[in-house]
Amino acid sequence: MDLSSINPVLLVASIMVSATPILLAAMGEMVVEKSGVLNLGVEGMMITGAVVGFAVAVNTTSPMLGFVAAAIAGAALSLAFGFLTQFLLSNQVATGLGLTLAGLGLSALIGKPYEGMKSPTLPKLDIPVLGDLPVLGKMVFSHDIMVYFSLALVVAVWAFLKHTRAGLILRAVGESHDSAHALGYKVVRVRLIAILFGGACSGLGGAYLSLVRVPQWTEGMTAGAGWIALAIVVFASWRAGRVLIGAYLFGGVTVLQLNLQAAGANVPVALLSASPYLITILVLVVISARGNHGAPAALGRPFHASH
Amino acid sequence: MIRLEKRPQPSQAWTTFSPLLAVFLTMVVGGLLFGMLGASPFEAIRTIFWDPLFHPNFAAYSRPQLLVKAGPLILIAIGLSIGFKAGIWNIGAEGQYIMGAICGAGAGLAFYPSESPLIFPLMLLAGLAGGWAWAMIPAVLKTRLGTNEILVSLMLVYVAETILASAASGFLRNPEGMGFPGSRNFKEWGAAHNGELIANTGMHWGVVAAFIAVIAAYVFLSRHIQGFNVRLTGEAPRAARFAGVNPTRVVLFCLGLSGALAGAAGMFEATGPAGQISIDFNAGYGFTAIIVAFLGRLNPIGILLAGLLMALTYIGGELAQLMLSLPGAAIQLFQGMLLFFLLATDVFTNYRIRLSRKEAA
Repeated sequence: MDLSSINPVLLVASIMVSATPILLAAMGEMVVEKSGVLNLGVEGMMITGAVVGFAVAVNTTSPMLGFVAAAIAGAALSLAFGFLTQFLLSNQVATGLGLTLAGLGLSALIGKPYEGMKSPTLPKLDIPVLGDLPVLGKMVFSHDIMVYFSLALVVAVWAFLKHTRAGLILRAVGESHDSAHALGYKVVRVRLIAILFGGACSGLGGAYLSLVRVPQWTEGMTAGAGWIALAIVVFASWRAGRVLIGAYLFGGVTVLQLNLQAAGANVPVALLSASPYLITILVLVVISARGNHGAPAALGRPFHASH
Repeated sequence: MIRLEKRPQPSQAWTTFSPLLAVFLTMVVGGLLFGMLGASPFEAIRTIFWDPLFHPNFAAYSRPQLLVKAGPLILIAIGLSIGFKAGIWNIGAEGQYIMGAICGAGAGLAFYPSESPLIFPLMLLAGLAGGWAWAMIPAVLKTRLGTNEILVSLMLVYVAETILASAASGFLRNPEGMGFPGSRNFKEWGAAHNGELIANTGMHWGVVAAFIAVIAAYVFLSRHIQGFNVRLTGEAPRAARFAGVNPTRVVLFCLGLSGALAGAAGMFEATGPAGQISIDFNAGYGFTAIIVAFLGRLNPIGILLAGLLMALTYIGGELAQLMLSLPGAAIQLFQGMLLFFLLATDVFTNYRIRLSRKEAA
C-alpha cells in the first residue's frame, strides 16, 4: 500500500467536514438529554433533515434555505416525539425508535424523485488573512460556514449550560424534575424546547451530509450517523467540549478508513468499513468500564405532575 | 381544562382496544397520505388490507405470502418482547438475524452436497447459535461493564451487514456462480432446503417455529417462575432484587433468547423464501419486529395477530406498488406511523382523561 498518497493537510480538512454532521446532531441530543429526555430518534430526524434540505436546496438553488428547511423539518419531527412523550407520557425508548423508523420511511418517500440529482453546495469561505496561512489556511480556515457554525454551537451550548440562568433551569429539570416542578419551573415546557432544539440540530446535521459531505441524496444515507451521535453523547459524559472531541475522533476514523481503503491497505475492506461502528462499541465499553459518568439523574424518566 | 389522572390499575379494556384504535387512525392518516400521493384513499386502503386476501386474481399468490412474511416477524418479536418486558432493549435483532443466516448457511454449505437428513437440523442449530452469540456481545458487555445494550446491539447491525457483504461476495460465494455474489441456491439442494410443508400455504419450518414460540412464550410468561422473574424485573426492579432475582442472569437470558430466535428466523429465511445468502437478503424484519412486539402489547397472542397484520401491510404494500404505483417507501412510513399512533393511544391504558375546572388552591 501507498501511505504517501494520503495528504495530511487534506486529511485534517476532510476530518473536519466528516465530523460536522455528527457534531451538530450530538450537540442537539446532548441538550435534550441534559433536560432529562432520551430521544432515540436522532437517526430519523437526521435523515429527514437530509432529504428535506436536499429537496429545498435543489428547488430553490439555495443551500442556505435548504439548511433552514432541514432544521424546521427536524424540529417538526421532534415535536411529534415531544408531544407523545411529554403530554401522552409514552415510553421514550419506544417512541424514539418509532421516530427513527418513521423518519427512514418518510425520507425514502420524499427523496425518491431526487435520487441521482446534484444540488448546489455551500461555497468555501474566503477568510482574508487566516485563509492565506501556509498549512493551517487550507487545513482549518477554508471551510464552508456550517463547519464554523457547528464549532460556534459547541461554545454557545457550553456557555448556555454553564453560565446562564436558563441553562441552570434546564439542568435542574434534567436532574430532578420533581424538585424543579416544586420550585415552579415548567418542566414540560423546558423539555419541549430542548427537544425542538435537538430536532433542529439533527436536521442541520442531516442536511450537511446530503448538501456538503456527500453531496447527493441516497436512501438510508445517514447509515447510523444518528446512532453514533447518541453514542458520542455517552462518550462525552454529557459535556459540550468532549462532544467536540468525540465527533472529531469519529470523523477521523471515518476519513482514515476511507483513505486506507483508497490507498489499498492490506486490511480486509469489510473490517475497514465496519471500523467506525466497532470503534463506537469499543469507546462505549471503555467509558462504561470507568463507572459512573454523569448522566442526568432524571434521564428517560417520564414526568407527570400529579398535583 | 383537560387533565390526565393515573389509573390505579392499567385498563384491561384499553389494553385490547388501543391497538385497534391505532390501526384505525393509521388507516385514516395513511389514506390521506396516499391521497396526497395521487391514489384514491379508499382504494389504497383496500389494496393494502383486503386485496391480498380476497382479490380474485392476486389472492392465490399473496395468501401464502402472509405466513411467509409473518413467520420471521413473529419469531423475532416473541424474543424481543420478553426482553422488552424486562426493560432490556435489544434493537439489534436485524444483526442477529443476519448472523444466524450466515452461520446456518455456512454450517450447511460446509457439507455440500451431502444429502444426509441431519443437515437441516445442524443448520438450525448453527443459526440459533449464530444469533445467540451475536446477542451475547451486548449482553456480556452490559452485565460485565454496564455498557448500554441499545447502542451496542444497534452498532452490531452495521457490523453484521459488512460481514454479510463479504460473505456473499467472498467466503460463502457460490463457486459455480460465475463470480456473481451470492451463495449456492438452497432451493436446488433438497437436504438443506426449507421448503413449503403444505403446498400453497406458505407454511415452512420457520412458520412452525413461530407458532411453537408463541405457545412456549405464553406458557413461559404465565406459568414459569423465570417468566415471572422477567416480568418482575421490568415492572419493579428493586422488588425483583429483594426477591432474589439475579439481574445478570435475566439480561443474559433475555438477550440470548431474542438473539437465538432472530438467528433461527434468519436461517429459515435464507434457506427458504430467500433461497440464498445474498448481499441484501435481509428485508428489515429485525426492525419491523420491534413494531410487531409493541403492537402485540408484548403479549404472545397479541404478537401473533400483530405479526399477521404487519405481514399483510408488507404484501399489501407490494400490491399497492404494483397496481396503484405508490412508492414502496410509503408502506414503511405507514408501519412507522402505526407504532406512533399505538404509543399515543396507549395513554388511555394507564391514564384517565378528566375534564375539570381549575380548582382554587
